[in-house]
Amino acid sequence: MSAELVQFLLAGITLGAIYALVALGFAIIYNASHVINFAQGEFVMIGGMAATAFVDSGLPLPLAAAAAVAAATLVGLALEKLAVEPARNASVVTLIIITIGASILLRGLASLVWDKKIHSLPAFTGDKPIAIGGATLLPQTLWVLGATVVAVAALWWFFNRTLTGKAILAVSHNHLAARLMGISVRRVLMVSFGLSAALGALAGILIAPISFTSWDIGVMLGLKGFAAAILGGLGSGPGAIAGGLALGLIEALGAGYLSSAYKDVFAFVIILGALVFLPNGLAGRRAAERV
Amino acid sequence: MFFRTLLAMGTLALASLVQAQEPIRIGAFLSVTGPAAFLGDPEQKTLELYVEKINAAGGVLGRKLQLYSYDSAGDAEKARAYVKRLIEQDKVDVLVGGSTTGETMAAVPLVEAAQVPFISLAGAVVIIEPVKKWVFKTPHTDRMACEKIFDDMRARGATKVALISGAGGFDRSMRAECLKVASAHGVQIVADESYGAGDTDMTAQLTKIKNTPGVQAVLNCGFGQGPAIVTKNYRQLGIQAPFYQSHGVASKQYVKLSGDAAEGVRLPAAALLIAETLPASDKQKKVVVDYKREYESRFKSEVSTFGGHAYDGLMLAVDAIKRAGGTDRAKMRDALESTKGYMGTAGVVNMSAKDHMGLDLSAFRMLEVKKGDWALVQ
Amino acid sequence: MSRKGFAVLALVVALLPLALTNNYTYEVAIVVGLNAIVCVGLNLLIGYAGQISLGHAGFFGLGAYGSAILAARYGWPPFAALASAVAGVSFIAWVIGKPVLRLKGHYLAMATLGLGIIVAVVLATEDQITGGPDGMAVPPLGVASFVLQGEKLWYWIVGAVLLATVWLALNIIDSPHGRAWRALHGSEVAAGAIGIDPARHKLTAFVLSAASAALAGALTAHYSGFITPAKASFLHSIELVTMVVFGGMASTFGAVVGAAILTTLPQLLTALKEYEMVTLGAVMMLTMIFMPQGLVPTLEKALAAARRKPE
Repeated sequence: MSAELVQFLLAGITLGAIYALVALGFAIIYNASHVINFAQGEFVMIGGMAATAFVDSGLPLPLAAAAAVAAATLVGLALEKLAVEPARNASVVTLIIITIGASILLRGLASLVWDKKIHSLPAFTGDKPIAIGGATLLPQTLWVLGATVVAVAALWWFFNRTLTGKAILAVSHNHLAARLMGISVRRVLMVSFGLSAALGALAGILIAPISFTSWDIGVMLGLKGFAAAILGGLGSGPGAIAGGLALGLIEALGAGYLSSAYKDVFAFVIILGALVFLPNGLAGRRAAERV
Repeated sequence: MFFRTLLAMGTLALASLVQAQEPIRIGAFLSVTGPAAFLGDPEQKTLELYVEKINAAGGVLGRKLQLYSYDSAGDAEKARAYVKRLIEQDKVDVLVGGSTTGETMAAVPLVEAAQVPFISLAGAVVIIEPVKKWVFKTPHTDRMACEKIFDDMRARGATKVALISGAGGFDRSMRAECLKVASAHGVQIVADESYGAGDTDMTAQLTKIKNTPGVQAVLNCGFGQGPAIVTKNYRQLGIQAPFYQSHGVASKQYVKLSGDAAEGVRLPAAALLIAETLPASDKQKKVVVDYKREYESRFKSEVSTFGGHAYDGLMLAVDAIKRAGGTDRAKMRDALESTKGYMGTAGVVNMSAKDHMGLDLSAFRMLEVKKGDWALVQ
Repeated sequence: MSRKGFAVLALVVALLPLALTNNYTYEVAIVVGLNAIVCVGLNLLIGYAGQISLGHAGFFGLGAYGSAILAARYGWPPFAALASAVAGVSFIAWVIGKPVLRLKGHYLAMATLGLGIIVAVVLATEDQITGGPDGMAVPPLGVASFVLQGEKLWYWIVGAVLLATVWLALNIIDSPHGRAWRALHGSEVAAGAIGIDPARHKLTAFVLSAASAALAGALTAHYSGFITPAKASFLHSIELVTMVVFGGMASTFGAVVGAAILTTLPQLLTALKEYEMVTLGAVMMLTMIFMPQGLVPTLEKALAAARRKPE
């Protein structure tokens, strides 16, 4: 393998891990509520911005990160309680507009609470590049990858080994049946919004040392995360991860070997192709429509 | 009878007093939000700060300044609507604004038709070339930046150059200008890469540049967080060729974000960035130090050259109003066009009928990042 | 209702100039009209046929740039450029609509979003032809030395095109096509079972909505004399969908009202300065939470209920 290819793959995996974390957030909320939360990218922004603000005010990094995740989780819970729950029976498009309204609101609030400047976090363990097969990567990239793996493992454990997690899965399969089994759908919704907000915030904190953070980074990351979630198949956890990594690799290899100006176009052309030929995503299942 | 005459005279005097008190209306449309917010935000703050200061000192020709400012959010369509609003509804005397070239160019047909003097704060050369009767601008053009950079590269013996550009208007316009003037300045563009808005990793593009044979220097046309990420990736990949940024990142923020990776990076910028370290003999020192102190003490944040463009725009307008003896639009325009030797944050401005910017290459200083701060390249 | 509604709309268009005091207010009215043209078309797709599109700004941009490039770079007469651009975009919509409309719900949302982004990236990157992100100048509409310029003239042009679009939309909704759409919206499988061809009817709605977006795009370009790729961006797509949903899905007049309110709102909110975004987001959320059907259908229902009470 040439050093060039290794470098492209490393770039792709770094991008992909971030997209995967954002896509997982989409998948969790979609599973529990069948809502596509277009404010998902704003959780990433809140995570990064809150963490930098806490660090600037003197908190040590680990504490600042924990506080930022907690802050984003609260925002996620509030979003569910105040905006999504009252409109639970509205149509898909109405819910999309509500979450888009929420993302505009959150972006506006962030520019007021913090500012419109670009901020950075210090790298967790230094800036010295590590050489691998003629290519290089930053220690922070290892943090991103490691944290993604840990988060995915924790999620798997949560959904398969805890009662709350199983309850969420039950609700995602059938709301009514789950309710008959005594599961509180309302609580499940709250948990899933809190969880995906926390995941988004984690992504925001992890990338802040690499690609910085500002009040408006949520738009593009949310968009790419949505694309990754769709590519993987909506509502599928492993699909979201596969979709995220695939999208990151397509972008990096497209930029490296074809044209960097058109790398996003390649990504979307491939997604379009995948949708047309695999209408339910990489890992999606075919659902029959009830008449 | 006498009493009535007195009353009439009093009313007359009062009326002319009101006439004299009629404020001078300054119209602004800036990208205070949106992708170019880092331009519009300091511009807006600067205008507010100096309108307030000028009014506190008694205004201009005994009249107060009144600022009408709208957020066009980097959107040309919005800019158009606000320019109409400023001209038709707010009836402004002069326009200062247009943070981006797109917003400026959308406004040009309107100000030409309405015949209102307009001082743009955007960079591209199309704004003043060809010359438009009512349109002026304060920042250096992107073409000047390309020329300054290419000259510096050649002086260091580098003639084979790689470009890496963002997807924004500033980025694409500067890239196009650099491609145009490269051969005239004795350099050859051997690689031409791009990255998108909101991209978080540019190692793929830079790896391609690294593996392009013969690259002797690299230039990044861009603004915002993109260039800081490119800088970090550049060092990560260990590319040895000299690295140049554009005047689009001329703020302390860029150095802070890039950290150690920014060491040795060069860029052309106005003297504002090195205000305090300028020699006392430098004629520009007073104006840039004053502006920097005012801005930083008021807003508790680092000054950028973008806010400086707004400062120059407002001061050029005020200067023209003074010389025109009022706000007659044609007289203001003529006064603007005959601006000579005005010392601003961007440099000395000498306008003419052929040049509605009035800056030359000497207004640009070549700076290098040394120990986390800007230093003048001798 | 629809005939009465059309008469009211015509009256509003005819009488509005009495309230328009200067070129700026005319400008706002014209932009409202142009947005309303897109929304009435988009509503056929979203409101009636029940298909989401998050990429209609792409069609708007293609119409605008198609007409602008043909007129400015190739010297076509502007009217011919405009007509060809609209026809060309309709053809493109027809070609890509076939495979894309097989997708449902969020997958369709993603596909249309992707198409919109592809258009926006191409327009911003091919700067030799399109002028890049800074945009390009567009020649005015006209024949020989007679050019259509000035806000007052354009007000009547846009008003007439809007009324024609609304009239066409109302007629299509009352036609077998319209009934088929409503059946599809309820259940595609059920509609198929009673002999309605879902693919054909969805495609018609898609092409019509793309054509109206392209027409409004081309008119915008020639009216304002300048166009940037921002008009083809994802954010503009979202704006358009928001107008449709805000005003009321499956209500042609709702689409017009939605366009009118959401176009003028930011102009009214300028006094709020830095609180503008927060307010806009809050208004969007509150309206959709408390009126999930949208403004016009909710008010219609309330009105009908109020009327019924006395009896």
